[in-house]
Amino acid sequence: MAGAVTSHLSHEAAKRPKHITESPIVKWVLISIALLFLALVVLLPLISVFIEAFKQGMSVYWASITDPDAVSALKLTLMTALIAVPLNTIFGIAAAWAITKFSFRGKNLLITLIDLPFSISPVISGLIFVLLFGAQGWFGPWLDDHNIQILFALPGIVLATTFVTFPFVARELIPLMQAQGVHEEEAAASLGAKGWQIFWRVTLPNIKWGLLYGIILCNARAMGEFGAVSVVSGHIRGETNTLPLHVEILYNEYQFSASFAVASLLVFLAVITLIVKSIVEWRTSIVQAGKEGEQADAH
Amino acid sequence: MSNMAKTKKFSLRSIMILSVFALALAGCGGGNGNNSGNTSGNSTTTTDNASNTSGSNATEPKPAVELLNVSYDPTRELYEAYNKLFIDYWKTEQNQDVTIKQSHGGSGKQSRAVIDGLKADVVTLALGYDIDAIAEKGLIGTDWQQKFDNNSSPYTSTIVFLVRKGNPKGIKDWNDLIKDDVEVITPNPKTSGGARWNYLAAWGYALKQNNGDEAKAQEFVAELFKHVPVLDSGARGSTTTFVERGLGDVLLAWENEAYLSVNELGKDKFEIVYPSISILAEPPVAVVDKVADDKGTREVAEAYLDFLYTEEAQKIIAENYYRPQLASVAEQFKDRFPTLELLTIDKDFGGWKEAQTKHFADGGIFDKIYVPGS
Repeated sequence: MAGAVTSHLSHEAAKRPKHITESPIVKWVLISIALLFLALVVLLPLISVFIEAFKQGMSVYWASITDPDAVSALKLTLMTALIAVPLNTIFGIAAAWAITKFSFRGKNLLITLIDLPFSISPVISGLIFVLLFGAQGWFGPWLDDHNIQILFALPGIVLATTFVTFPFVARELIPLMQAQGVHEEEAAASLGAKGWQIFWRVTLPNIKWGLLYGIILCNARAMGEFGAVSVVSGHIRGETNTLPLHVEILYNEYQFSASFAVASLLVFLAVITLIVKSIVEWRTSIVQAGKEGEQADAH
Repeated sequence: MSNMAKTKKFSLRSIMILSVFALALAGCGGGNGNNSGNTSGNSTTTTDNASNTSGSNATEPKPAVELLNVSYDPTRELYEAYNKLFIDYWKTEQNQDVTIKQSHGGSGKQSRAVIDGLKADVVTLALGYDIDAIAEKGLIGTDWQQKFDNNSSPYTSTIVFLVRKGNPKGIKDWNDLIKDDVEVITPNPKTSGGARWNYLAAWGYALKQNNGDEAKAQEFVAELFKHVPVLDSGARGSTTTFVERGLGDVLLAWENEAYLSVNELGKDKFEIVYPSISILAEPPVAVVDKVADDKGTREVAEAYLDFLYTEEAQKIIAENYYRPQLASVAEQFKDRFPTLELLTIDKDFGGWKEAQTKHFADGGIFDKIYVPGS
């Protein structure tokens, strides 16, 4: 899965005998290439965001992130993530559960559909909702008659974000649950456990770290989405502008420092997400190591 | 033992997860509730409005009202200043608080958004055709151009050249744009209003040079677009391309956009060149009848656009480098706006409908001459 890169170097690999490992030169060349690439492609742009943000001093920085439009964009972004991420979590668990624990017709079709948002351009994802809910779209006239505003308002933004981010949780869980198989659930069922009991006591504990990882990725994308949201937002300042859209507006208004200041807010949100992600990974490796230890003891 | 403890921990955690979901769902419902609350709030505002206006100027404050002005790219600074003026005026005149929300983007794109259901009370776009497109869908009365003075255009502008300081490529007029080593920056006429004015100004120039020979004019414009390395979707995007990314030798820009670039980014970096001939751009304004009537904001929406023609507003217009319609203000700012020969859309191009079909519609002349990447 994209993003799911964890280091799986086990104790044995670390203690590998010399004659089957690469020479130190190869090792260090590989490491420096990777680090150099990271510095150029990730670190440098990140640093430049902060340099630009603070170029005109702390007061300009503070003024731009406390500007009412920026605050409203931050609120909208958090609100959108707060709705879209739980929805996708529920959907992701349900889909992964259905796909890995049961066999039914059309399973492959479902898997393909889950991948769809990854494979189409975010702009198209936005346009889909314009075609559905726009005043000239399929449901437009009915919505208008009932005074329901979906496009160019919070519901449209949430829908577009949910659409774009829905594969993350499911995609993270499916391989994990496939690897785990159904034995534990079968055992629980044979001991008389009911459906919900099996889910809460057996399945969820097994998948919880993978699930958290999926939620974090989903959240990161939900807060950063630009393309699809741009199509359905209507760009009303202080109302339907999310943080990424607000950054673009400020940039186009020649307020470069302000634009980078708001961009740095997004970076902070991303950094928080990454820290949480690292903690999750660290916990996962401890849990795995613990399990391996238990298994070794049993043998 | 340890297993029991574990189970407890997990059920605690699952309760926490559940409650987060519940909260989020509640948030969702709350958001929707707020929205519908707002709309109904607005409609009550309306009835109060209607009853109050017939009477004398009420002394007690009326419920606050909100307008959405959907505009094109370069008017950001203009409406930011104008909105403040109008809010004060309306407060003293009507004792009512009005908030004005703004949305900016390429003119064609904005027109499309209003057609798709963006609830604009007023539209202030780059050219009449984009408002005609909304009127065609029945959201605006087809006679919108007669609703306000000067063809509903409270200000005009024209197309000028922005070149790098010292004009290193020696660009003086339209025919200098097709010199071998000159790169021209202009937005896409399909999505940008300003770009359509750019295109028509070039066309008009070539037509005059060749005594009305359309084939020659088409050749000239085709050659011109071969010098365009990138087409942005809106005027502001093109300005950023030229000014920030440093692409191209000349930017075809709105007069106001060119002045803004020079003022914001340094007089030592750019200068403005006036060609021998350009076009009189009349960016029009209109009340979106359907939205204003539904929301009950017609009175304040009309006043908002009417007030653009007053002397105070016209001054703000001129200060933001749009050409004012009011003679007294035009006289006051005459040093700022050099006179040059200006073609008009109605006299020289037979109106927007004709120009649109001939040049910019699918299969029109622009589609024939512009081959991306050539």
